[in-house]
This record gives sequence, structure tokens and C-alpha cells, in this order.
Amino acid sequence: MQQRPRTADYRPPQVPSVDEVAAKERASRLASRSIKQEAKVEGLLRLITMLDLTTLEGADTPGKVTSLCQKARTPDPDRDYPSVGAVCVYPPMVPVAREHVAGTDINVASVASYFPSGQAALDERVEEVERVRDAGADEIDVVINRNAFLSGEYGRVHREVSALAEASGDAHLKVILETGELATYDAVRLASRIAMDAGADFIKTSTGKVKPAATMPVTLVMLEAIRDFYRETGRKVGMKPAGGIRKAKPALRYLVLVKETLGDDWLTPERFRIGASSLLNDLLIQLEKERTGRYHSKRYLSLG
Amino acid sequence: MAELEAAPDTARELLFGDEWEYAPAPQSADHVRLADRYGSFIDGEFREADDYFPSINPATEETIAEVGLANEAVVDDAVHAARNAYESTWRDLPGKERAKYIYRIGRMIKEKSREFAVLESMDGGKPIRESRDMDIPLVAAHFFHYAGWADKLEYALPGPGRPRSLGVCGQIIPWNFPLLMAAWKLAPALATGNTVVLKPAETTPLTAIKLAEVIQEAGLPPGVVNIVHGAGEVGSAIVEHPDVDKVAFTGSTEVGKHIQKQLAGSKKRLTLELGGKGANILFEDAPIDQAVKGIVDGIYFNQGHVCCAGSRLLVQESVAEEVTQKLRDRLSTLRVGHPLDKNTDIGAINSKQQLEKIRRLVDIGEQEGADKFQPECDLPENGFWFPPTFFTNVTQSHRIAQEEIFGPVLSVTTFRTPEEAVERANNTEYGLAAGIWSDKGSKLFSISQALKSGVIWGNTYNKFDPASPFGGYKESGFGREGGKHGLLPYLEHPSQSWQPQTPTNGSPSTKPESSTSVEASPEPKADGT
Amino acid sequence: MANICRASRKDFRDAVVEAREAQDGWAGRSAFNRGQILYRMGEMLESRRQAFVDVLVGTAGYSADEAVAEVDVAVDRLVYYAGWTDKFAQVFGAVNPVASSHFDFSVPEPSGVVAAFCPETAPLLGLVSCMAPVIATGNTVILVVENDAPTLALDLAEVLDTSDLPGGVVNILTGYREELREHVGGHRDVDAILSVGASTEERTILEREGAESVTRMEFRPDRSPAEWRSGESQSPYWMTPFVEFKTTWHPVGR
Repeated sequence: MQQRPRTADYRPPQVPSVDEVAAKERASRLASRSIKQEAKVEGLLRLITMLDLTTLEGADTPGKVTSLCQKARTPDPDRDYPSVGAVCVYPPMVPVAREHVAGTDINVASVASYFPSGQAALDERVEEVERVRDAGADEIDVVINRNAFLSGEYGRVHREVSALAEASGDAHLKVILETGELATYDAVRLASRIAMDAGADFIKTSTGKVKPAATMPVTLVMLEAIRDFYRETGRKVGMKPAGGIRKAKPALRYLVLVKETLGDDWLTPERFRIGASSLLNDLLIQLEKERTGRYHSKRYLSLG
Repeated sequence: MAELEAAPDTARELLFGDEWEYAPAPQSADHVRLADRYGSFIDGEFREADDYFPSINPATEETIAEVGLANEAVVDDAVHAARNAYESTWRDLPGKERAKYIYRIGRMIKEKSREFAVLESMDGGKPIRESRDMDIPLVAAHFFHYAGWADKLEYALPGPGRPRSLGVCGQIIPWNFPLLMAAWKLAPALATGNTVVLKPAETTPLTAIKLAEVIQEAGLPPGVVNIVHGAGEVGSAIVEHPDVDKVAFTGSTEVGKHIQKQLAGSKKRLTLELGGKGANILFEDAPIDQAVKGIVDGIYFNQGHVCCAGSRLLVQESVAEEVTQKLRDRLSTLRVGHPLDKNTDIGAINSKQQLEKIRRLVDIGEQEGADKFQPECDLPENGFWFPPTFFTNVTQSHRIAQEEIFGPVLSVTTFRTPEEAVERANNTEYGLAAGIWSDKGSKLFSISQALKSGVIWGNTYNKFDPASPFGGYKESGFGREGGKHGLLPYLEHPSQSWQPQTPTNGSPSTKPESSTSVEASPEPKADGT
Repeated sequence: MANICRASRKDFRDAVVEAREAQDGWAGRSAFNRGQILYRMGEMLESRRQAFVDVLVGTAGYSADEAVAEVDVAVDRLVYYAGWTDKFAQVFGAVNPVASSHFDFSVPEPSGVVAAFCPETAPLLGLVSCMAPVIATGNTVILVVENDAPTLALDLAEVLDTSDLPGGVVNILTGYREELREHVGGHRDVDAILSVGASTEERTILEREGAESVTRMEFRPDRSPAEWRSGESQSPYWMTPFVEFKTTWHPVGR
């Protein structure tokens, strides 16, 4: 007789319901915080270190990833800005990225588990996670099985994420809920809990391939789930909003959400990341504006 | 997956420190145009006064402007101006024409909203975020809403016969929402064809003065709105003036009762919007995080200077610990500070007097054995400040659970059954507002029905809208403000004002049916209303 | 002539206790059920039509025609307010189109315990005209009756007794309003007062005393029996002073 997987009996614990209207109100209240002067500069610099500089295109080439890594190391060659938190690429690009961030603090993150849909058998997804782990990824971004979740197979979601978590080894596992497909905040809250129960190091909003991607209220709901999980278990899970965050101003707002929901311990790249491809340049533009008092132009910045 | 094992003995506290601190974000006050002194606004003109009193900024204790103190003679002039305007123009002006003025006022307030918001925060101490995002937009919206009613009044009071205006309204408003309360009073009064003598609170007269400028600029016929300044004596002079037809008061229950007494036998119409001790009832099946947000919005909004504040939290025992923990977290992130800083959540207490009252009641709370929680926060040296506070270990009989503190102070008690929650929520002389937090619709509605309260916020709190009636049960007053129901206190349906053809004085046997002559009862005992 | 009980302040106090006790239950009945009971009151009154006509003629000095008219209109008036019970909230309530994502509605609820000083004229119809609109919305009432035909009030009480009206909803005190008005006004468990035909003095006392507990006050003039019979003397605006509008908000979300 086959041995039952250890999470077969998993029943998600009761999570509080989420009132959509009030959650949005709270998010928009926090979005109205005014971040000026030194707080802005400090926030922008902090955001650079929290960035998962991402390229997830079908047309990615080693050359593009190489230049992305260059940008990750030295966001602006003329300034002494910090490097980003990680570069985030597709599995075949992991060795390229590994090579070009060698000797830096920059992590290599890879999507896996048949990103973005996750539509493959579990052993195939596990195998891909193992492969990118072995190729040297420090962080692995996987997706949950939304089909299973939406059909109420919570035990299965838990079992699968557990398996992916085990396969990830020492790499940090970021579990993408793809909140744009979950439809309600109640579902986001529950999916967050399941992912954390199954061993996620980070929970992440979106693949970037589905709209809506990250939003302020969704991020707030996930941060609150992280907070409750921490209070219950003592484990500090990280948060990564991703997708559609292109400008510095909204990025600063996400930082406000973190500051006022989880506090100082999460204001670090170890526990907060933003996944974005074009955000970095706007951070640089804003920093330059703060430095010189002039509005800056993209033409002076590399594409990355 | 890395480092799955948690450190076993962590305190699991969240640290809301200065890892990334917001810089000051002051709202500029440059565009506030203010003279050194202002008098009463009567018959379309500002008047010099004999005496002036300072209106101070409670965050700095500096004088912003001086305001002319009215007296009986000034009030008399104001009432006369209102009476003249009522009879000569306003009463008989078609609703459509009245509407144009009211729309214009709303429009102009919107245009000057930044100036109004800044001045409101300077004069009253409320955070600029609230005056900018709540007070002033609601003021403009209120005028806009009621402007549209002016030519549709016959739809507001159904039934045969056209409703009639009352005449001269004396309106006395408090200091917690100075301009918003002015709008709540003025807009329906004007839409219904009444004229007004308004008295703002003596600690917050300035935005009403700016409103008078707008009224002037809007070309409202002189005398339709008159604004006089001063404290209780001036209010009394309005209440007792024989030519005032209706009094509308928002303020404390104590003063409300006094006014009701003053008016005994006068036949003046009266509406009262008085104090409260709102219960926020939180069930274990509530959306907890949003409920905590609602509790915070319910009591710490506007420094707790809110008559409908949710000053009593009744929380189901099973979630009490979690909720108080989350409340502590939230309080730790509330920013107490200068009202004009855009990131301020809790501004200055409106006056020294009010600060002393809050301190006194908080001291009593501690003496009576309740446990106080206050987050650490640096308070400015000058000005009037009180940190957000809540008490646990409170019993129903504690004074902090019974008396309206009108400050950022919450009392927390627990309950086990819905019956207990309802009983405790209703165990107060007040009945203005209450909140219910539950994900179970049927429970929410049954509790809502059982609460003796004029406003019930289900899974939300402290929401206001010009279309939504607001007002109390029991000693929280009578009459409604907002929406269709807000028109009723300013109108009379013919069936309410109906007078007998044959005032009676005795049994019908002495007055045959055919006799309809007045001589039949020369001294009518009955007093028509 | 019979001796009629002259109500004391203690009688009034006891009546308030009864009325308070009955109020939640009465308000908790469906509006439709209250309507049925008011209708039943009308039926029972009609079934005793002749008895009431006799009293009106014999005690109150009515002509036979007048007496018949008064009883008939009293029946009609009960039926009129019976019909209002389950329409009042629809006509006077509202769904409020607020600008935020909330469902917001206002419904009338009874003020609670109402004391009503009944008119001196129209000993039957005056009583019915004060009682019916007050109880229709779920209030309970203490009717204070001082007129030439006080026995009629007791006859009416018998009618109420046989019409499924729960005990305590209507309480009738015969007595001198001059003796009672101060206590009625000052009673802190009285939520609202209706006074028909109050003198300025009475009005002053009621309002002054009532202010202690922010009592709602409604004053209406007395009128001739013919005027009591007229359509002008029945209106939902006899109901509006004795309700509180409760506004409920709830978010609209997923």
C-alpha cells in the first residue's frame, strides 16, 4: 500500500473573512501618506535593494540577461547606488545570471513550476524546481495550482506547495498566488495561509502575466495574513508584490503598507521584494530629481 | 524553502520603530487669506463689534484672528434681517431659484476647498487629511445635495398639500466639525425656504466667516443667512428671541436639555443632535482586520471629538485578545502631531478646556481600576494634545464606559452572547450610533433591529453622506439631518399645521354641529400648533 | 352616573411599566399582524356600534345622527391606520444613494412608550384618533382621558380586550390632566408625548419637564366632532412624530 503524503489530511485553518470595501479604504488611506525629502530618498534607495529586477519574456536572450545583471549590479554607473535584491529570470537563464552576478550580494531568482500557468503534473513541476535549484538559483518563484484552489482542493494546493518547498532545498521559495485569478480577498487570505503553512518563505501576488497583477489592497490582505501567521507560528514570511509596479510613487506606497502593517522587521530585502522590470529606472529618475532638483529623463538611463 | 524553524521563544511582537521614518510633510497655509478681525455677518455685511475675542490655533496656542462678540442687540438685528429676508424674498422665491444660489455656494466651496481645509485644521486642530478628504468635500456635497431638493419639496413629504417653510431658524453648531455642521444646518434650511441666524462655536468660528464671504460672493439675498459669534449667552439670545420660529442645535446633551427647557411653551420647533456613547459590537465571525480599522476610525477619527464616536468596544470574548493585540499594533502606527502635516492621524485637542475634561476622565478610568494602553509618542510642547488611548478591564458601571469623553479614548469590554451585547449596547441614555461587525448577515440585521440607535454601521463606521439621514434616539436628540429626512425639521406638512375652524372649549353637546362661528367659543382653551 | 377612576401619578407610573413591558413584543410583531389587530379592533367596535351610539347620546349629549357618525368614523379610522401599518415604512423610509460603496437605508422604528393626552371633544373618535396612529408603528401608549363621557373610554377598553391586542399596548387612564401632566412630562421612561388641546400652561409644563429626558413632543389642537370626523384629522403625519428613523449602512463588496 502506498504511503500517504504527509499533508494529505491538511485542512486549512479558519482565516478571518475580509471585507472588500474596508480593505480598499485602508489601502487607499495608507496610499495617501506623503513621502517627501529625506524619507523619499531613503525609501527610493531602499526600494532598489528590494527589487527583483525581472525579465520574463519569450524573447529573453543571454545578452539581455547579461545586461540586466549589469544594471542590477550598478543601477546608475554615475552614482553610488546600491545593487538590487535579485535578478529574476526563466530557468534556462539561471546559469547566465549566476555568472554575471558572481561576487555580488545579488541573488538569482528563477521562476519554476511551469510558470506562469503551473499547468503540469506535480512531478514535472517538482523536477523543474530541483533543476533550477541545482543550477544555482538562490530564490525560486513558483505558482500555486489555481485550478485546485478554486475547486476547493485546498489539501492538494498545500500538498503541492509542500512538495515544491521540499524540492527547493536551501533556496528561498516564493509562492505566487496569482491573486488576479482568485477573484476575492477571502480567497487571497486563505491562499496566503495555505502557502505559508506549506513552507513558503515569501508569498507573492502575481506572475505579471495576468491582470490585475499586484494591487495595494491585495498586498495589504497578504501582509495581514503574514502578520497573523507570524503571531501564531513565530515565522516571518516575506512579501512580494509583482506586476504592474512601474513607478516610484506607487512603489513607495507599498513600502508604506509594509511599514504600517508589519513594521521595521519587514523593511528589508530579506522580507520584502517588489518584482518589476521597468521600476528601477523610475526610482533612478526620482533619485536624480531629488539630488539635482531637476526633472530627469529616461534618455540618460540604460534600458536594463 | 529555507529556515523553516522559527526561533522558539520569540515574543512575536511587531516593531513599529524608526527604521524608515516619514519626513515632515507640512501643508502650506500660504493661500489662506485672513484679516486680523471679523465681526458678525448680518444682512449681507460684516459688522464691526464692540468686543472681540481671539480664535486660537490649538496646535500652537497662537491667535489666528479676532472675532467680534455678538450681544442681544446684535442677535436682534440678525433675527430682524432674517425675518425681512424671509418675508421679502426668500420664502416666495421659486424653489428653482433658491436652488441656484445653493448650488453656487457648493460650487464655490469646492473651488476654495484647499483654503477651507487648511483654515479648518488651523482653527480646530483636526488633521489636514481629514479636513481635506472628509470635512470639506462633504460640505460641498451637502450644499449640492440640498440644492437639488429646493424645487422638489412636495416629493419629500408625501400626501396631499404642499409643505411650507417655517420662517427664521436659529442654528447653533459645535466645534468638532465647524464647517460641516454649518453645511448640515444651512443647506436644508435654505433649500426649504427658511432664513437663518447661525452661531458657530466660539473656539472654531473662522471657516464660518469664510463661508459668509462665499455667501456674499454668491449673491445670496442679504439677510437670508446671518452669522453671529460668541459662546452660550449668544446662543441663548437666539433661542429666546421671540421672532425665531425654529431652533436647531447640535452639541452636548446637557445644553440640548437646557434649550428644550428654555423653549417650553414657546411653540418654536426644535431639533436636537446631542451626545452619544456609541457601541462598536465585534463578533468573532467579523472580518477582524477591517473591524480593527473600523474601531480605530470609530474612536480616533477627529481626536474622538465626534458625537457618534464608537467609544465603547464590545468584543466577543473568544477574539478579545486578538483584537486588543491588533488595536495595540494599530495605535502604535497612529501619528499624533501637527494638524497641518499631511501624515498626521491625530491632531490637536480642540481646546484647553476639552483637554482637561479628557484628562480628568482618563484619570478616573485609572482610579476605577481599568487598564490603560497608550502608545509611546512624542507630543509637541505647545498646544493641546492627547495620545490615542484605550482601556481594558472596564466594567459597564465605570464612568469611562458611561460618560461621553469626546476624546481619543476607547473603553473595551467583552461579551459572550448576542443578547448580552445588545443589552449592554443599549444600556445608556444615549442612542446616536452603533457599529456591528459580523460576517453573518442575519445576525447583523437582528442586532441592528435590536439597537436603539439612529445610525447603525454594519461592518463599517463613521460614514457620512449628504443623502444619508443622521440623528439620534433617546437623549441623543430628535430630528434627522441628511437626505430626505433632513428636510422634515424645516418643513411643515399642512396636516401638521392644520388649525380647527371652530376652536372648541367643552363638550360637543354645548356646540351644535351647525355652529361654526367663532363666537361659539370666545376663549379657546385649545392651543393650535 | 357611574364613578370613574381618577388616575393618580402612581396609576400613571404603573401604566408606564405595563407599556414598557409590552413595547418590544408589540414592535416585534410583523407590521402586517399589527394591521390585522387594528382591523380587528375596528370590527369589534362596529359589532358594538349601538352600545357606543347609546353612550354618546346618553352621556355626551350627542344627537343620534352625530353619534352614529362618530362611531362609524371611529371604525373607519381604525381601518385607515390598520392599513398604514405595513405601508408606512415604504412611504416614509428610504434607500439612500450614498456616494461610497455602501448599501444605506432608513426605516422608521417606534419611539417606544408614548403618553397621549386625548381631546376633550369627541370622546370616542378623539381617543381612537390619538391611539391608532401611535400604536400602528409599534409604540405602546398610555391614553390620558378627561372628558364628559369617561365611561366610553372603558367601553373602548373592553373592545380592545376582545380584539387580540396584547396587554399593555394600550393603557387608558381617566383622570384630570392638570393633576397628571407634571408627572407625565417628567417621567423619564416616557419616550414621547402627544397632547391634544393643551393649554399654553400645560404645554409649558410638559415641555419643561420632558426636557429632562429629551422627550419627543407633539401638540395638536382639539377640534369639533365634525372636524374630528373629517379626513383632515387622519394622516400619516399623526404617525411621523412617534417614530425614529434608523439609518443602516453596510458595505457592498465581495
